[in-house]
Amino acid sequence: MTQSHSIAGESHGSLRGYATGFVLSLILTAIPFSMVMSGSLSKSAAVSGIFIAAAIQVLVHLHYFLHMDRSSSQRWNLMTFVFTALVMAIFIGGSLWIMIDLHYRMMG
Amino acid sequence: MTAHAHTIDAAHAADQGPHDVQESRAFGFWLYILSDLILFSALFATFVVQMRSFAGGPTGKDLFDLGYVAGETLLLLLSSATYGLAVLAMQADRRTQVLRWLGVTFILGLGFILMEIHEFHHLIAEGNGPNRSGFLSAYFTLVGTHGTHVTFGLIWMAVLMLQVSIKGLSEPVQGRLLRLSVFWHFLDIVWIGVFSVVYLLGVMQ
Amino acid sequence: MLGKLTLSAIPFDNPIIMGAVGISVLLALVVLGLITWYRKWGYLWSEWLTSVDHKRIGVMYIVLALIMLLRGFADAIMMRSQQMLAEGTSQGYLPPGHYDQIFSAHGTIMILFMAMPFLVGLWNVVVPQQIGARDVAYPFLNSASFWMTAMGAMLVMISLGVGEFSKAGWTGYPPLSELKFSPSTGVDYWIWAIQISGVGTLLTGINFMVTIVKMRAPGMTFMRMPVFVWTTLVTCVLIILSFPVLTVTLALLTLDRYLDMHFFTNAMGGNMMMYLNLFWIWGHPEVYIVILPAFGVFSEVVPTYSGKPLFGYKTMVYATAAIGLLSFSVWLHHFFTMGSNADVNSFFGITTMIIAVPTGVKIFNWLFTMYRGRVQLTAPIYWTLGFFSTFVIGGMTGVLHAVPAADFVLHNSLFLVGHFHNMLIGGVLFGFLAGYMHWFPKAFGFTLNEKWGKRAFWAWLVGFYMAFIPLYVLGFMGMPRRMEHYTDPAWQPWLFIAAVGALIILMGIVFLAVQLTVSIRDRHANLDLTGDPWNGRTLEWATASPPAVYNFPVTPIVDGLDAFWEMKRKGTAYRRPEQYQDIHMPRNTPAGFVLGVLAFVFGFAVIWHIWWLVVASALGMLITVADRSFNDDIEYVIPAAEVERTEDERRRRMEQAAQQPAAAGATPQPVQV
Repeated sequence: MTQSHSIAGESHGSLRGYATGFVLSLILTAIPFSMVMSGSLSKSAAVSGIFIAAAIQVLVHLHYFLHMDRSSSQRWNLMTFVFTALVMAIFIGGSLWIMIDLHYRMMG
Repeated sequence: MTAHAHTIDAAHAADQGPHDVQESRAFGFWLYILSDLILFSALFATFVVQMRSFAGGPTGKDLFDLGYVAGETLLLLLSSATYGLAVLAMQADRRTQVLRWLGVTFILGLGFILMEIHEFHHLIAEGNGPNRSGFLSAYFTLVGTHGTHVTFGLIWMAVLMLQVSIKGLSEPVQGRLLRLSVFWHFLDIVWIGVFSVVYLLGVMQ
Repeated sequence: MLGKLTLSAIPFDNPIIMGAVGISVLLALVVLGLITWYRKWGYLWSEWLTSVDHKRIGVMYIVLALIMLLRGFADAIMMRSQQMLAEGTSQGYLPPGHYDQIFSAHGTIMILFMAMPFLVGLWNVVVPQQIGARDVAYPFLNSASFWMTAMGAMLVMISLGVGEFSKAGWTGYPPLSELKFSPSTGVDYWIWAIQISGVGTLLTGINFMVTIVKMRAPGMTFMRMPVFVWTTLVTCVLIILSFPVLTVTLALLTLDRYLDMHFFTNAMGGNMMMYLNLFWIWGHPEVYIVILPAFGVFSEVVPTYSGKPLFGYKTMVYATAAIGLLSFSVWLHHFFTMGSNADVNSFFGITTMIIAVPTGVKIFNWLFTMYRGRVQLTAPIYWTLGFFSTFVIGGMTGVLHAVPAADFVLHNSLFLVGHFHNMLIGGVLFGFLAGYMHWFPKAFGFTLNEKWGKRAFWAWLVGFYMAFIPLYVLGFMGMPRRMEHYTDPAWQPWLFIAAVGALIILMGIVFLAVQLTVSIRDRHANLDLTGDPWNGRTLEWATASPPAVYNFPVTPIVDGLDAFWEMKRKGTAYRRPEQYQDIHMPRNTPAGFVLGVLAFVFGFAVIWHIWWLVVASALGMLITVADRSFNDDIEYVIPAAEVERTEDERRRRMEQAAQQPAAAGATPQPVQV
């Protein structure tokens, strides 16, 4: 089915797009859940697996459900999202760096 | 985009036609979503800082049932897919289909919320409410904030279903349906973070 | 029925507070009485309270800011006088609990209910016109945002007479702000005033970002926008990305207080230091949120009164963006002394020093703009010159604080207090007052009195230095902030000087009031008939003063920087179009006002634990929003014939102005710099 367009001129996907996104998401959910529930992996491997699967699934959602791509109509959405992600990383990463350091130094 | 927005007809250029208004609204709503992501970041940061602050009380391993969480996850993911189908129906101008898929989405979302309320109720009844420890405060607040957002999404969905029935798929109604779709999909994205950081990491102590 | 609220919430036993309440109530009654006497309720309701016109909303924001400036300043005078008196055996006249409420209210009001409304007000009056637009992207949300802010301020005001305000500082650190150590309603008033106005601010940030990105006139690319628009855009990004963190921080404190949770409690797994971390993740961007618009004002004022284009437009834009980005990387400098190790402290110390650089770039650009210009020494330029020296000194004390080792000595001393007031008064307030005097004629159609504006400036400048330089000295002498009593007699002379400085600032405020009164009295002699009293460079000066509701009858087409200057140069500025078109404008609506009032009721009810009212007001807000969403009839049309009439009338006024001899005491002769 061809890409359909909406009133704001943005692309809004197709049946195939939503189906692909759904199936990929299912798989990317099943993987970390089974990793943890089976208990077969080492802790650090499981943690890596969880984060990688999560990161990929977020990208799957952004592309297949939210139709983010590098087209010009999505440019503002993409730019603002990337900047927000950067700031999120600063806030969360910075907070963890500070609070873990404080924990060691101050037992707080 | 219609030609009208691109003519040198300066009198209309900043006098936004309905097309441009919807585009502006979509962008404004996107910015609101980004602010909501920042809100969740602060909650996630807080949770991670307190995820081992058990105060002698129960841990995630003691409390979380991953099978149950998998069920919640499936409901929410399915609801994202069914909302997508509602949007496709909207673009094909099929009003009844839109209402049907929105209805299915609503039920799936409601199922998610009911499962979560059940989970919270159970924890509180056992004395493991949010006042038990820093860990539980952070848990209830992060997961509860997500659940509150889902609830508001359901209320919005019900209001829009009413609008679709009464006004049909007018341009403003379509714009609102698209904005709710962005909201709904982002809730599933945040949930990815929740099940990964709260439940999966929480169970591995 | 009324939760915790009883008559004993009113502090009848405290004469100072009852006096303040009495004065406030009296003033309010006078205002309400005057409105009734002149039968203006209908006009007020239909033209202002329900307005979705950005120009009206902007004026209301600035009115709010100026009123709250008076309230915040009253707090300041009380603190200065108390500190001047309370040495050794003298206890002054303010007991500690009361003093604590005063400094808490002072900070909260000045930052969140004076500076924020002031800058949002300037945005509203100026930005849509500067980009050639007819309104903002969300006119209804604009109204709702204003009322949220105003109602937040109302909560602070009402805390004076019903209950009490927070004693935990404008920052509200736990454990003091937790229920155990602040069991009264004070901290709750503080929380809800900020949360409610915070919603308004976030919506404003989104509103103006969409407006700037999507609604610029054709031909106005980003690099052709006035710098004031650029600073607005970057500030909006800061608002969108930082305010949610404040919302979370205060919400977590609320959960601790209301539902016995353990985010920031001393025990049970709470982490008090996480509060400071989260608070300042918002708090640092917040100070850039208030200063960037002031920088934007200077970037408009300096070129206009120098008769020259802004020097280094591109570097100005890059510097603004750099400040925006870097503002997310410095927040720990607010708690160097909390106990992080050297690596963490050094990292944030270095980023703090780096962020001073783009500001330096801006200062040089303004100076180079004035160099070899024909500078007219108007009141806005006076504020600008005052800013240059004052803000730079403050910036240097900031870089001093940026060194963690130095900060260990100076943190929370009066040196710090001197530093941030240097930035906030010398930078933020001077900038906003310059903007107020610069754009007043655009909003009201007549100019402000220059003489009194300059007198106000001198009083503020001299008063500021007298009030705050002693604080730097006192900081070095070891005096901490927020002290209501002290025992070192060596401090008292400096506090006396500071109190005199505060009185001189009071004169400055009085002069501002005189300026306004005299200007209104003399308005017919000082009409701005052309809409362009300063020979301006940017598009807002192309509209009438005050503008028609639609701003521009025909959207301008832009082909360069300083669009209006170019139009005047080419002779295309006031061309009559061949044909006028119908113009669609948004209808006024009471929904914004209703939402604000319900938010106030909600906040008040939560504070006093009146649970049924909490539910009712929350439901009311939901219904108001849903009802608005069902309303399709939200626009009206101004027919082309009416537009034509309005524009012809404007043309007549402009011709009238051209025939008048130059008014005496108007803009001064330019000075060759």
